[in-house]
Amino acid sequence: MSATTGLGELVRLALRRDRVRLPGWIGSIVAATAGTAASFPTTYPDAQARLGALMTIDNPGTTALVGPLYGEGDYTYGIMVGHQLLGMVAVVAALMSIFTVVRHTRAEEESGRAELVRAAPVGRTAPALAALLVAVGANLVLAAGLTLALGGLGIETVTWRGSALFGAAVGAVGLVLAGVASVTAQLTEHARAASSMAGLVLAAAFVVRATGDVSVEGLSWASPIGWAQATEPFYADDGAPLALALGLAVVLLAGAVVLGRRRDLGSGLLTARPGPARAGSALSGPFGLAWRTSRGSLVGWTLGVFFFGLFYGPILSESSTFLDNVPVLEEFVPDVEASVAELFAAMIIAVVAIICAIPALQTVLRLRTEETSGRAGPLLATALSRTRWALANHVLALLAGAVVLTAGGLGLGLGAAWSMDEPSWVGTATGAALAYLPAVAVVVGLGALLHGWVPRAVGAAWLLVVVGFFFSYFGELLDLPQAVLDVSPFTHVSQQPAVAFEAAPLAWLSLVALLAIGLGLVGLRRRDLLDA
Amino acid sequence: MTRAVEVRDLVKTFGRTRAVDGADLDVAPGEIHGFLGPNGAGKSTTIRVLLGLLRADSGTVRVLGADAWHDAVALHRRLAYVPGDVSLWPNLTGGEAIDLLSRLRGGVDRTRRDELVERFALDPSKKCRTYSKGNRQKVALVAALAADVELLVLDEPTSGLDPLMEAVFAELVTEAGAAGRAVLLSSHTLAQVEKLCDRISIIRDGVVVESGTLAAMRHLTRTSLDAVTASPVDLTPLPGVHDVTVDGERVRCSVDTEHLDAVVGALHAAGLRSLVAQPPTLEELFLRHYATAEARS
Ligand SMILES: Nc1ncnc2c1ncn2[C@@H]1O[C@H](COP(=O)(O)OP(=O)(O)OP(=O)(O)O)[C@@H](O)[C@H]1O
Ligand SMILES: [Mg+2]
Repeated sequence: MSATTGLGELVRLALRRDRVRLPGWIGSIVAATAGTAASFPTTYPDAQARLGALMTIDNPGTTALVGPLYGEGDYTYGIMVGHQLLGMVAVVAALMSIFTVVRHTRAEEESGRAELVRAAPVGRTAPALAALLVAVGANLVLAAGLTLALGGLGIETVTWRGSALFGAAVGAVGLVLAGVASVTAQLTEHARAASSMAGLVLAAAFVVRATGDVSVEGLSWASPIGWAQATEPFYADDGAPLALALGLAVVLLAGAVVLGRRRDLGSGLLTARPGPARAGSALSGPFGLAWRTSRGSLVGWTLGVFFFGLFYGPILSESSTFLDNVPVLEEFVPDVEASVAELFAAMIIAVVAIICAIPALQTVLRLRTEETSGRAGPLLATALSRTRWALANHVLALLAGAVVLTAGGLGLGLGAAWSMDEPSWVGTATGAALAYLPAVAVVVGLGALLHGWVPRAVGAAWLLVVVGFFFSYFGELLDLPQAVLDVSPFTHVSQQPAVAFEAAPLAWLSLVALLAIGLGLVGLRRRDLLDA
Repeated sequence: MTRAVEVRDLVKTFGRTRAVDGADLDVAPGEIHGFLGPNGAGKSTTIRVLLGLLRADSGTVRVLGADAWHDAVALHRRLAYVPGDVSLWPNLTGGEAIDLLSRLRGGVDRTRRDELVERFALDPSKKCRTYSKGNRQKVALVAALAADVELLVLDEPTSGLDPLMEAVFAELVTEAGAAGRAVLLSSHTLAQVEKLCDRISIIRDGVVVESGTLAAMRHLTRTSLDAVTASPVDLTPLPGVHDVTVDGERVRCSVDTEHLDAVVGALHAAGLRSLVAQPPTLEELFLRHYATAEARS
């Protein structure tokens, strides 16, 4: 029996299990990308309008968020697609790859299902390889889909060649992160930790790229996202940098195989140590339990978001110096009241806010995992009421949101205060970030509502996060009607410090969030507990 | 006195599956009640309804005199539950999980807890994710048995325990019974049920088909006879006689208990040399029920 016996069967099994999930990922990525690209000619009908777009977008803040500008002054529709969309689409493809790989490797081991599979005539490396093949396949299909969808738009400057390169660049980043996830899946015993570690690598790749594009010459070459953007689709159309990505993916895969050979099924590289034989006083209720089970991940998020903000702080100061040198640009800055640094701070804080919704929502989704793992049954067979159980968890989710928001604002504020020598930034940025708490609470509320009434579909709450991301990146760019933008709770928050604080929307959002949580609890009291 | 468990005409469906289809179940206070049935018969579903984890479609479900669904939280202070497949929080130690579950029920009796940990030979300082299946089971058992409750609801609680630990479990259940606690014990280990239970109920396809003491149930079934007589005897024509095998003067058969008298009379008439009569084992009792269940489905 070779190490890869059973590979075909396992790939088929994984595809069968992902028959809805993967087409969903790929379909939405392709649709969102092509839809955005298709809207450019309507939003910017002539050269004049494109020049205007170029002026507003050619600044360090935007560069840090989406990537470096390229082309020589003519901001064609093609370059718009390559410049504004490539980085974000690549990040989403990377997330798809991470989740796919971890779901079919470490999550399977953690659940014990892998044991059944490996006891069959199945080779030692077959499961990891199968997961990776599925991820590779998904990225290939995604690349092909993007090529066809973009090329098929028939926009003159959105060429077939560029479209193919755009698709390939996105797929290449996906492949690298699939490789990263196969390695992290070997390191830890828990699927969630494996995803988080790979996610951290992705975040690092993003921040390195941002720093490189804005201030440190050449640093972007240390990031796979930088490689993708170095292809300059629809302009230079240079595929060479992608070779780096493919090389790295192969190295990571080999590393994962080597690590996988060295360890036992189900184990990680770290072994568990014994702990206290009695519970401390903190572990006496549902809140203590929720905290114990999520504290590792929450501490990780807090630190991660703090450093994310800290990295962006100096970019704020870059952006204000930048504008001082090119005073004519002032005209293109929409809000005359605000300084450029304030505008960019508002943009970054808006993005940070949506990132902060992720750990908050994860905390809510933990409830469903508690049910399906069979842990909730014995818990709720004690004198613990369902309401108290869920509410403790929702409260932790809201607290997590508040803490992570504060960390992000504080990081950005400290970075800005330090680089611009203006201490007032600390308070400004932290306050502006915290103002998003009601919006994060609405995401938590949707999670709670779904958990109460349709627990199997609770994952749909992620849509609100995805929509939030999409709108805060492309909402204004696409000139979407306000009614559509209003779907995202994040667009209701006044974008401090660029514009003044408004209390009314926050009150509304808080009310909606509380209502949703309350309704969710009502639903939870009426339904069956999910089965193990 | 109110019954510990009183289920009347319980129906619970999952989409098209009728998991429980009009079941009745009674457990008297202080009684150790065996709950038996083939896989998928509806035992766990019934138990989850008793615990208020699932909502009954119809029927009445009263536990310790209160409604299982509406009064769930108050009820749960007075009962303890052990599932058959215990899943624990991977990053908590066993001791922490025990204390957490006990505190949520209303408090930890430290001496009792430590005594149980000792009797089950459990190391409470290990992380739950490193426990073997049997050890995870022990964690849930310690948490449940340490509680001062009126009712223990045990759904295949010993799956995964080694024989030594099963013996410890049996002792503890007997002690619980002696202390006046009611126990509802679902199990596939028939010897255990036979040894521990005062009464049993058998559920099949979501319906409780038999309920009573083991002795009463045996009465409804067959006794197997193995006899040697002076002259060969033909028992086949007698009513209530089954599975006759004749080997010279030796005859073996099984007899419906109500016809025993006539059959023994016939053997006696043929000059009885030796007679071994065996009541049906629980095993035989079940195999008959389970087999009919299979034939029907
Ligand atoms: N959540 C659910 N959704 C659909 N069907 C279910 C669900 N839970 C149980 N069932 C079905 O209900 C029936 C009874 O299941 P139950 O778990 O109560 O059986 P059981 O008697 O405990 O069996 P076992 O001895 O195997 O533990 C089975 O046919 C099962 O498939
Ligand atoms: Mg069961």
